[in-house]
Amino acid sequence: MASIELRNIRKSFGAVEVIKGVDLEVRSGEFMVFVGPSGCGKSTLLRLISGLEDITSGDMLFDGKVVNALAPSKRGIAMVFQSYALYPHMTVYDNMAFGLTLEKGHDKAEIRQRVEKAADMLQIRQYLDRLPKQLSGGQRQRVAIGRAITRDPKVFLFDEPLSNLDAALRVATRIEIAKLHENMHNVTMIYVTHDQVEAMTLADRICVLRDGHIEQVGTPMELYEKPNSTFVAGFIGSPKMNFIGGERAEKFGAKTVGIRGEHLTITPNEGTWSGTVIHTENLGADSYVYLEMGTEEPVVVRLDEANSYKSGDTVHISPMADKIHRFDAAGKPVN
Amino acid sequence: MATDTLAPSAAVTAPKIKSELMQQRARAARIFLVPMLIALAVVAGWPLIRSIYFSFTDASLSNLDGAQWIGFGNYLRWTTLDSGAVRYRGLLADPAWWNAVWNTVRFAFISVSFEAVLGMIVALVLNAEFRGRGLVRAAILIPWAIPTIVSARMWSWMLNDQFGILNDLGMRLGLLSQKVAWTATADTAMTAVLVVDIWKTTPFMALLILAGLQMIPKDIYEAAEIDGVHPIKQFWKITLPLVRPALMVAIIFRLLDALRIFDLIYVLTPNSSATKTMSVMARENLFDFDKFSYGSAMSTMLFLIIALLTILYIWLGQVRFDGGDR
Repeated sequence: MASIELRNIRKSFGAVEVIKGVDLEVRSGEFMVFVGPSGCGKSTLLRLISGLEDITSGDMLFDGKVVNALAPSKRGIAMVFQSYALYPHMTVYDNMAFGLTLEKGHDKAEIRQRVEKAADMLQIRQYLDRLPKQLSGGQRQRVAIGRAITRDPKVFLFDEPLSNLDAALRVATRIEIAKLHENMHNVTMIYVTHDQVEAMTLADRICVLRDGHIEQVGTPMELYEKPNSTFVAGFIGSPKMNFIGGERAEKFGAKTVGIRGEHLTITPNEGTWSGTVIHTENLGADSYVYLEMGTEEPVVVRLDEANSYKSGDTVHISPMADKIHRFDAAGKPVN
Repeated sequence: MATDTLAPSAAVTAPKIKSELMQQRARAARIFLVPMLIALAVVAGWPLIRSIYFSFTDASLSNLDGAQWIGFGNYLRWTTLDSGAVRYRGLLADPAWWNAVWNTVRFAFISVSFEAVLGMIVALVLNAEFRGRGLVRAAILIPWAIPTIVSARMWSWMLNDQFGILNDLGMRLGLLSQKVAWTATADTAMTAVLVVDIWKTTPFMALLILAGLQMIPKDIYEAAEIDGVHPIKQFWKITLPLVRPALMVAIIFRLLDALRIFDLIYVLTPNSSATKTMSVMARENLFDFDKFSYGSAMSTMLFLIIALLTILYIWLGQVRFDGGDR
């Protein structure tokens, strides 16, 4: 159990400030996901929490105690790296046991028991004698997670753990991480990703970062339903939210209106807006229709079933009235 | 229908096409190797065979073509005296030769050991990130970049008994009570040669090890930091095992070099039996003493000893040239 508090955290590399004053509280036992585009500082923030990087200014508190100058190994954390970071010359067993064998007060039987328990949780028991190079990417990532579990940490840190896996494996491992969180419900987990699907599916709360600042913190549904900026609105949800400006937005009393593809309906004869079909994608269960209607990017309509629209068709669309997001010139929501 | 009939025949020919492709590749590889093999045969193979051949003859520099085959006479021959005592002669019974073998092996072992340890330390320092690292990396190569003859001359002046800076410094600082002829005294000659060789070749070792160090991914050190592995433990448990393949290859390069040491000793301590190595002795006999066949026998023995030590090292050290664990 550990709650983590960040108070006005700043981090500079040389003259470049990467984290520009972050205040955040991660509750004990919570699964917090840091999400944002590349270069937003999410990985740096995680490394500051881990202690692998020094904080330039501000305070980092674990359970109310300042840990700014505490070494990573003393913080009660475990970390899973994007590149797995397994020791290539050690067997899976040694990889998982290494940290424990160096700590005082663990006898061999206890270490073996802890490693085997973690290995069973991740179904890697049969690989304990192998070297990392004899494992597939997915198995390696499980070993890395197993190594972290073996440490019995209070805080679990994940740095884009799925980005080196193929799509199918990514989904499977994502589910395993979600299960892990259920089984280890008193362990605080912080997870960095640039993939909003991972963020939506795993998080208790999501922290959206942009350019070294926190843009919004909230549960996945809060972010989806009440994004407090066009940035968050565009980042969370797939397909991306449609933004419509100009005269069309002014009618709604906003500089820009945002409407998700799934909240648009195609109406046969007349609708709020009309546009020309430029592309369609049929995914089986649902389908996307891309419309050209003078907006910066084509407007995407998500339909619940396959469609038979063709490029060049003119269609009318209407937004669901209660699903419209209105933003002002600064990209902030209009109340 | 057409596709139905085509499919099976395609399946039958598929493996054949593949093997033909493989054959083409193998042929191309052989063609590309030919110039290299010819060059090696001319500059290495032929002289080697000639040397081995001459070692079984009575050739002298002035009469190479008229050399007569005398079998193993240069290596070992014996005469039974009238008194019944047997007198052995030849290379294997030559104490000067065995002194040279001992000098060479001792020199190689000590210099390579020091170079490996110092090279590792230098490599670890250069692997850390600090301001001006590029400059230091270039600067450290200077001793190795200077031609051996030049650096040997430079050192022989520094070590000079009358005018050398080392004696001067030692006297001024009160470390020496009298000036020492470092290179000429039997007790210090080998040490002097070793110091110069270690000074000169540590950078080479350091660069080879540095290349190995840079292959080690940075993130495992971060994992180790989170695991709470002390930096010294990190070196023994992570860095050393992972850099071992590169280190072993670096050591073998240096070992081969050190066993052939010639130029440094020839310039620094000519004619000192305390430092005379196999190569120096072979050259002496080949050209200075006009015992061409005897010198050839020495060269052949030198070749055999180096081969033996190298095989021993590869076998005992389990050296793998494929990059080891990675």
